[in-house]
Amino acid sequence: MTLIEPMEVAVKAKLCVEQVGMVFERDGKSTHVLENIDLEVGDGEFVCLLGPSGCGKTTLLNAMAGFLAPTSGTIRVDGEPVRRPDPRRIFVFQERGVFPWLTVEGNIEFGLFKLTRAERAARVAQYIRMVGLKGFEKSYPHDLSGGMKQRLEVARALAVNPDMLFLDEPFGALDSITRLIMRGELLRIWEAERKTIVFVTHDIDEAVQLADRVVVMSARPATIQQIVPIDIAHPRDISSARYLELRDGIFKQIGLAHRI
Amino acid sequence: MSPGSARGEGGEEQRPAVSTGPVHDSHAATMNWRVQWRPLAFIAFLLVLWHYGVKHEPSHLLPGPWGVVGGLVDLLHHGLLLKYVVASLYRVTWGFVLAVVTAIPLGLAAGWYRRAEMALNPIVQLLRPISPLAWIPIAILWFGVGDLAAIFLIYLGCFFPLMLTAMGAVENVPSVYIRAGRNFGLSQSEVIWRVVYPAVIPQLIVGLRITLGIAWLVVVAAEMIAVDSGLGFLIVDARNAGNRYDLVVAGMVAIGVIGLLLDLGMRSLEKAQSFRWGYTEDEA
Repeated sequence: MTLIEPMEVAVKAKLCVEQVGMVFERDGKSTHVLENIDLEVGDGEFVCLLGPSGCGKTTLLNAMAGFLAPTSGTIRVDGEPVRRPDPRRIFVFQERGVFPWLTVEGNIEFGLFKLTRAERAARVAQYIRMVGLKGFEKSYPHDLSGGMKQRLEVARALAVNPDMLFLDEPFGALDSITRLIMRGELLRIWEAERKTIVFVTHDIDEAVQLADRVVVMSARPATIQQIVPIDIAHPRDISSARYLELRDGIFKQIGLAHRI
Repeated sequence: MSPGSARGEGGEEQRPAVSTGPVHDSHAATMNWRVQWRPLAFIAFLLVLWHYGVKHEPSHLLPGPWGVVGGLVDLLHHGLLLKYVVASLYRVTWGFVLAVVTAIPLGLAAGWYRRAEMALNPIVQLLRPISPLAWIPIAILWFGVGDLAAIFLIYLGCFFPLMLTAMGAVENVPSVYIRAGRNFGLSQSEVIWRVVYPAVIPQLIVGLRITLGIAWLVVVAAEMIAVDSGLGFLIVDARNAGNRYDLVVAGMVAIGVIGLLLDLGMRSLEKAQSFRWGYTEDEA
């Protein structure tokens, strides 16, 4: 098992968010969703955007992926401004994003239309193995469990060999046990493939378990409150003193007493 | 029932492909057999009721079932039944197919391009509530008494429901699918062909089935007035030419049976594996 030094990863900036603001106009009323967002994500880094529901972290993720144009500021990937979605940066929805009319194979193949048939088959086989869906190649999504659908969507994203993955609360719809397993799987895949990952969540534990850095966002209009580097090597001991210290620090930052 | 269960073993996570209904496996075969025969038994019961009802009350309200069978045999004997069935199906096929190839692309486009929808919607909403039968005089004026008039009426009856189905289906495509398609680098036309089109198929098939039912209703009415052949004509003709009510009911029976067969044919489309997702989502 490779140990990762989180602090060494963020050498070269992959994604630069500069002074990004977002205002939605609806029924003559303007809602400020994002304000003065500045963020750099390093190549191969795993960053979690953490904030309360509806705070605008998904909006920020959509802007990073090129689905929404920010009202002000710029977002660059490898120095180029982001203008539209691009297969080099794949957005993973909750498992709702798999195509129900395609089989597992068909879904993974979806983005591979530029490859030859043989290359496609090899790619599909490789990622079916990686996400543990062997034996289900010909199954349709409605015969799969939620966790399997989520792995399928991750496989479909990885198959086109993107540099970046944007994950929008990908495990939110799963039960808590499956969610834990999926976090381990995601880390295993990340260590194998070294993609830059921006991961949106409202779950503090999830953020501290996964990320190199946790970006804590405030309620609407969302600003970045604090960026917390998680200096614990993987695999993380989630009962270690350092883990609990970091987690409780974020709890405090968000303004939650850590008692129920 | 479920082709999905023919998959490999060893998936603890896998959802059971067959929903566990009230029927237990061991009894499933006998239960199914009974359930399937129940409607037939009920029809037989109604036929017996009909038979004795007409016998006890021999006014001329209705011919008895044997009279109707006689009528059917009569029609078969003269080669009329087959000829009229073919005539009716011919018109339905043309009217329906023409509506499918025009209304569905138009509806899909209107659903995709919001401006087209805004332009088309008022006129569609105005024309839609007009029964196709109200067009009969105009159909005859334009096309004369004949196949074309009937086909035109069926076309009208099918066009609006199909177009509205296609429009609604496109609007109901979850935006995640379209965004995923764009994310993988598909052009607009590729998104339509590879994402929107497969996504709307289940709803379109439901629309096609309902519309074929409408076509079959319209053809009978159209044939009563606008042509001189077909099952609708048979019914009017049998009454006018000597009150042959046995032939009238025989014609009705033929219409019902063929309508049922058409519907069964469309239903079998819904069962195709790659379309099944649209229907099973809620069942499970």
